[in-house]
Amino acid sequence: MAEKNKYQSRRDFVRNAGKLAIILPLAFIPVALAKKTSVNGYVWQIDPFKCTQCGQCKTNCVLTPSASKCVHAFQMCGFCDLCGGYLRQGVKTISTGAENQMCPTAAITRKFVEEPYFEYTINENLCDGCAKCVKGCADFGNGSLYMQIRHNICVNCNDCSIARSCPSNAISRVPATAQYMPKDKSHSSEHGAKSSG
Amino acid sequence: MKKYTPYIILILLLVWHTVLFAQDRFPRPEFESGYVYNTNQMPTQRAPGWEYFDVAVLIAALAITSWLALKKRSRQGLIWMSVFSLAYFGFYRQGCICAVGSVQNVSLALFNQGYSIPLSALLFFLIPLLFALAYGRVFCAGVCPLGAIQELTGFRPVKLPKSVEIILSAVPFIYLALAVLFSSTNSQFIICRYDPFVGIFRLDASYTMIIFGVLLLLAGIFVNRPYCRYLCPYGVLLNVFSRFAGKHLTITPAECTNCRLCEEVCPYNAIIPSNLDQKIEEPEKSRSRFIIYLILVPFFAVGGAYLLYNLAPALASVNTNVQLAKEIRLEKQTGIESISKAVIAFKESGKTETELFTQEEMIIDRFKKASPWAGLFLGISLGVGIIALTLQSRRSEYKPNQGKCYSCGRCFKYCPIKARN
Repeated sequence: MAEKNKYQSRRDFVRNAGKLAIILPLAFIPVALAKKTSVNGYVWQIDPFKCTQCGQCKTNCVLTPSASKCVHAFQMCGFCDLCGGYLRQGVKTISTGAENQMCPTAAITRKFVEEPYFEYTINENLCDGCAKCVKGCADFGNGSLYMQIRHNICVNCNDCSIARSCPSNAISRVPATAQYMPKDKSHSSEHGAKSSG
Repeated sequence: MKKYTPYIILILLLVWHTVLFAQDRFPRPEFESGYVYNTNQMPTQRAPGWEYFDVAVLIAALAITSWLALKKRSRQGLIWMSVFSLAYFGFYRQGCICAVGSVQNVSLALFNQGYSIPLSALLFFLIPLLFALAYGRVFCAGVCPLGAIQELTGFRPVKLPKSVEIILSAVPFIYLALAVLFSSTNSQFIICRYDPFVGIFRLDASYTMIIFGVLLLLAGIFVNRPYCRYLCPYGVLLNVFSRFAGKHLTITPAECTNCRLCEEVCPYNAIIPSNLDQKIEEPEKSRSRFIIYLILVPFFAVGGAYLLYNLAPALASVNTNVQLAKEIRLEKQTGIESISKAVIAFKESGKTETELFTQEEMIIDRFKKASPWAGLFLGISLGVGIIALTLQSRRSEYKPNQGKCYSCGRCFKYCPIKARN
């Protein structure tokens, strides 16, 4: 009896065959990806050693202002009075006057520490990620200012729109377990050798 | 020994050179005032555990939508479900973790070494398909934020002529094939890039995408769900899966009386009318037509594969490295220095041109390997689509077209038959 009614009509047969034909590839996908699945996922980050400070981060992020901001590696900083990241090139006086500042949004605070050193801090709320100071510090300085995507702001797009337009391919997916690429002392020597060449 | 002296000096100089540049240009100061170094706050993304909360919300939303569409038969309920999904997946999660885009993560992970897909993205890809296989396109009905925003703004449905509808509904297939091709070759995620509504969810996007999104919404007032019908690449998969759905939403809760009241209400042309009163073509004739079209399928498939194989170099230019190589070549040809940021960064990076050109060659090769498969898929889809037009059967009731029906429930209230419980 059961055998007789196995395929009540051709339509049922086609339906079942079709179902099987599409379930199999669907079942294949998790099997094929079994070893290539990560539980934690990814976030996007800028590799500061590849970054060329082109300024695309500011304009190409889906957010306004951009989620990429300048970060200061204090351990690398020379605490210079004449700071390449803080002051415009060829300034007449070294002062905190707006006309002297490199930063268009005045996001860098200059604070006297002791003769002749000054500490520079980035106000993240004002920083719009234009990377002008980063370029200044790389050209004349230790390169202690660098760009990073701030993950409290970033919406973690599936395809980062800054990464797509980044000319130096500096932005890539990094595991969500290590979301930042800090520029610390151990890397700075390598960078120095590279930039000199 | 004398012979080697210059080399020794050279090596010594080189070593000295690295020592010199290992130092910072401006040495770290030795503070006397007891200055303590500042530290940077590096705030992290919300904990990854929350993505699994999203998956749980997805499953719950799909289950509730299935119940509302199949069992409760409540259009009102489905609208509220859309409002919820729009609020949660759209405005709160800002449209980013979405099943539509996850197609690309899957293909990127399948065909590329260095990328492993986040488990949550894989689940977002699979779960709506499984639900489609069980209950039809309930994901479109009330869970997808892109569908929800269009569902809620479709006030004045107008029907498009059938021919226009058929031609336009081929676009998602092409979109899907290209999206998979581009993501599997690690070039671009076009679905995410040209997502029209994500800018509205974030209240922030590029000028052109905002215009595109708003125009689609305006068009959607009359031609309901334009993105779902004529663009959505994930919809292609849902369409196929839903055709084999175990249970699907029905227009009538009991037996159809062929009253024809529902005939015109579906804005998506997704109601298949009964054809008891129509004359059916002779089986002989339709059978021979069926066989002719069946023979044509391999030709379409080969034609599609051949066409896309030849288009591969052109398609490869979506890859940024291929674009860069083109620019460099153009620069050499014309002798005019390029001022594009990519070229400047390339020159600064110290990579050689031959490296770039071999890389370009490799990418084009990958496209040549991958694109025939995309063409094959398009050809077979076209063939099967044409065959489907020749099939005819006796239908004694008005039924939803399971592939096209979004389970939106607009037809419920037009059915005069009420369930008995």
